[in-house]
Amino acid sequence: MNFDFADEAPKLVMLLYGLVAFVVVVGGLLLLLDVVPNWFARRREARLVAVADAGPPAGAARARRPRRAEGLFGLFFLLPTVLLLLVGLVIPAIRTVVLSFMDGGSDAWVGLRNYGWLFSQDEIVRVLINTLIWVILVPLLATTTGLLYAVMVDKARFEAVAKSLIFLPMAISFVGASIIWRFVYAYRGEGQEQIGLLNQVVVWFGGEPRQWLQEPPLNTLLLIVILIWIQAGFAMVVLSAAIKAIPGDIVEAARLDGVTPWQMFWQVTLPSIRPALIVVVVTISIGTLKVFDIVRTATNGNFDTNVIASEMYNQAFRYGETGQGSALAVFLFVLVIPIVIYQIRNLRKQREV
Amino acid sequence: MTTAVPVRAGTAATATDQPTTVGGRVRKRLNSRTATVVSIVIAVVWTLPTFGLFISSFRPEDQIKTTGWWTFFSDPQFTLENYQQVLFGRSSSSGQLASYFVNSVVITIPSVLFPLAFAALAAYALAWINFRGRDWIYIGIFALQIVPLQMALVPLLRFFSQGVSLGGVTLMPAWDLADEQRFVQVWFAHTCFALPLAIFLLHNFVSQLPRDLMEAARVDGATHPKIFRTIVLPLITPAIAAFGIFQFLWVWNDLLVALIFAGGGDETAPMTVRLAEMAGTRGSEWQRLTSGAFVSIVIPLIVFLSLQRYFVRGLLAGSVKG
Amino acid sequence: MAVFTRPRQALVIASALALTFSATACSSSGSDTNSNADSPECAAYKAYQGSDGEKVSIYASIRDAEADILQDSWSQFEKCTGIEIDYEGSGEFEAQLQVRVDGGDAPDITFIPQPGLLNRFAAAGKLKAASAETKAMAEQNFSPDWLKYSTVGGTFYGAPLGSNVKSFVWYSPKTFKEKGWQVPTTWADLLTLSEKIAASGEKPWCAGIESGDATGWPATDWIEDLMLRTVTPDVYDQWTTHGIPFNDPRVVSALGEAGKILKNPKYVNGGYGDVKSIAATSFQEAGLPILQGKCALHRQASFYANNWPAGTKVAEDGDVYAFYFPAVDPAKGKPVLGGGEFTVAFADRPEVQKVQTYLASPEYANARAKLGNNVSANKGLDVNNVPNPIDKLSVEILQDPNTVFRFDGSDLMPAAVGAGTFWKGMIEWINGKDTAATLDQIESTWPK
Repeated sequence: MNFDFADEAPKLVMLLYGLVAFVVVVGGLLLLLDVVPNWFARRREARLVAVADAGPPAGAARARRPRRAEGLFGLFFLLPTVLLLLVGLVIPAIRTVVLSFMDGGSDAWVGLRNYGWLFSQDEIVRVLINTLIWVILVPLLATTTGLLYAVMVDKARFEAVAKSLIFLPMAISFVGASIIWRFVYAYRGEGQEQIGLLNQVVVWFGGEPRQWLQEPPLNTLLLIVILIWIQAGFAMVVLSAAIKAIPGDIVEAARLDGVTPWQMFWQVTLPSIRPALIVVVVTISIGTLKVFDIVRTATNGNFDTNVIASEMYNQAFRYGETGQGSALAVFLFVLVIPIVIYQIRNLRKQREV
Repeated sequence: MTTAVPVRAGTAATATDQPTTVGGRVRKRLNSRTATVVSIVIAVVWTLPTFGLFISSFRPEDQIKTTGWWTFFSDPQFTLENYQQVLFGRSSSSGQLASYFVNSVVITIPSVLFPLAFAALAAYALAWINFRGRDWIYIGIFALQIVPLQMALVPLLRFFSQGVSLGGVTLMPAWDLADEQRFVQVWFAHTCFALPLAIFLLHNFVSQLPRDLMEAARVDGATHPKIFRTIVLPLITPAIAAFGIFQFLWVWNDLLVALIFAGGGDETAPMTVRLAEMAGTRGSEWQRLTSGAFVSIVIPLIVFLSLQRYFVRGLLAGSVKG
Repeated sequence: MAVFTRPRQALVIASALALTFSATACSSSGSDTNSNADSPECAAYKAYQGSDGEKVSIYASIRDAEADILQDSWSQFEKCTGIEIDYEGSGEFEAQLQVRVDGGDAPDITFIPQPGLLNRFAAAGKLKAASAETKAMAEQNFSPDWLKYSTVGGTFYGAPLGSNVKSFVWYSPKTFKEKGWQVPTTWADLLTLSEKIAASGEKPWCAGIESGDATGWPATDWIEDLMLRTVTPDVYDQWTTHGIPFNDPRVVSALGEAGKILKNPKYVNGGYGDVKSIAATSFQEAGLPILQGKCALHRQASFYANNWPAGTKVAEDGDVYAFYFPAVDPAKGKPVLGGGEFTVAFADRPEVQKVQTYLASPEYANARAKLGNNVSANKGLDVNNVPNPIDKLSVEILQDPNTVFRFDGSDLMPAAVGAGTFWKGMIEWINGKDTAATLDQIESTWPK
């Protein structure tokens, strides 16, 4: 290990710059928004006092101030975010849409050809069905598992340890997780010693070892297990916190009404954690639509396991078919529209309340 | 294997009686044997694959390739060779894992702080400042979550390498960053990509703060920055901490962004890039895969385990509806 | 695609360790770069001097221990010229290179293992044409067969760097001696031998085509090798450029020949299971059952030498060795399938061109060969500088005037086929899909 501290110094200096920049930008923004309006306010007040001394009432002028500043404040609070998103996501999204109407090398317009290609491929139907299976099963099962587990270990003696165990996969990268599970699904011919746990269990029960990842549609389900395994921890942590936040008096009231634990779960627990539940399901759904590391590492989309995101990566970056890759990405945008509409309705409801 | 769980848990729920509090109700339920068994089954299923990896990482190469890791218990053969290879490597350039570790730290800290701060500000503005179009901005930001990271790489890279020009007029020159300065690009990229989800999650917390509290503060003449600092920030600290941990895990485990914006040199590349180079491309070299994978998850694990208490308790204390 | 570099990652420990030591020794003794620019050992580098202090960045798919050897191979050049070479290797090379080039952050030089990819960048106007010096150096040292792969539309872009021979069948000389088997010299002989071994109750062949996100490539090599043997080289060229359709009857018959082995449950897959297990067996592990006597033959390129466990003797009289994948009719020449990477540049600064020229020179080829685990098609390479027997055999084959060399077809085709549907098609073919349907499907995806 030839570790030389001198080599690391410039990096730490960069880190220091980064931290200073953070303090300057964020602190500066808050200070600016605090001090400047205050200064104006004080000046105006001074003027008002002067005017008030002269006679007329000051109420009208005072009331107008926050209304006018309101939009300005919103702008400044959002400024860094909007700028970053514009550069980092909005422009790329627009560019992707534009590219989807161009050919592989992005030098000629081809109209709707890429979309035609999308729907003329037999494979793409498979890809769509798979993506659908993913986006239904993963949020459902990951959330259910997380919720049940959160309920069951709540206030148990080993709660912290028990939670850490489920959360553990979150700490592992998608690629790492896929490797771990490829190890679980590994196959050796019949009569040989198995190195994959799943096949060994099958053999222990007297079955024949199988090539799990090569058998559709089972293989897609087995890949889905990997993502559930990762995401259940996220669901568990957020939902557990929501459960703990349920006010004691509500529970007490329900108890006095003599509800069974089953009713308690459906009538008290679930409605109380509904917002958290929605956040979890929505977040996992969007994450699932974009999943690509798992499929790529485990099967690379072979044996009928392909999903949109992984095919998009192959088309755009490995095959140099930028147009077709972009068309797939646009299709991904379209798929998220239902979730967006749901979110809009949610927001409306919230505002009405 | 996971699908069997919910069914049995149903019986667990009906098997209990007389709840007192949520906690008490649940404790009762845990006492029921079925529920205990179910939670243990889940815990085992969730832990076993990682445990297998951990055991494997200490087994000799030929053993890993020919027998299952569970045979370790009947025929224990232990070696540190795999870790030796990953940490110190066969090649001269891999003796610097510590250097890549420093890079990972330098990348991660600002990449967690910036999105958190910006997202908190934005979430507050979108929830509590009245201005026209704010709902549409929020929905727009929410929808941006779906933009695949991969499609954003090229335009962002072009932004750094060529700057911004409009009709021949240079609005912003190229950044021209070299060596350590490339960290800035990585921070920038991570911040951009983290914002939509961060705003979505934090907005959810911020918008649930009691309306009375905010209105009272406004009536007292407090400015938005003041409300944000003195009222909102302390109340959503738990949510910020929670998202901070997730963001930490994502940045620490990220490979794609680092590959593009940091490059592969030891000045800037994080551990993931280095480990992918040594372990991830080896296909069936299980001995390196296992130890490499384990090295890469040790740090997030330690961070999570040591912060987890604050994290969960924080979320609990952050109950804002009570 | 990754076919070429991937397998060579795993290196014989001994050589890598030796290098580690020599590398550290070098760097400690010769830290002062400029003082010895005029010393006698720098005489050979006179032509490249004059760019002292300039930096050249190189990006390629070669990683880890092998990347160290690579950097070591040009260290003397760096010392004598003062040009600093920044090397970076990545496993995601092909995709990342595209992103970097599109993003305006291209490296100065890259080693591209796929002429198809090289074509794409050249056609998009991203590559810089090679300088006159580089071109002269390349023409002097490489056969036109090789140079045509890096010439697009009459413009020459760069010389080959490393090369490999893919037409090899691995076997155990020991076992062959014990059982009295003979190394076959024709395709018919090879089938007879397979039948003979199968009759004894043993599976003659083992195969594996799993290779992460590049799964399928070893099967495409099989097909290409048989194409090269059943049709003329011209037809092979038409096949790779889509002059004839992918589902041409001649391709169908080549698949049929390969299927005689790969899809014959009596012949495969020794040590792993049935025909389908080929798709799930990693190519790195695929040949290992030869050592346990569970199979006798394994078709794989020269670089497979690095996959044998430490302590295995790779030699004509050792534990394992390889014979030339026999031709159908040896009288018609010696068809050889191979691969290699090309040194091309995205920049044309003088120091970049100097590095490019140097890497095409016989001095470099010999310096690199001495460090082991490398073959070059450079005519100036002295076979005696190549340390290990299988590399020596490869160099001899490449330099043999009878050899009809053709580049790996999947690397020549557009990536959508060569690194996409061709690979996927082969996986499905192994998994049970019939030949005609497989080829029709691949044909339908050829970019228009």
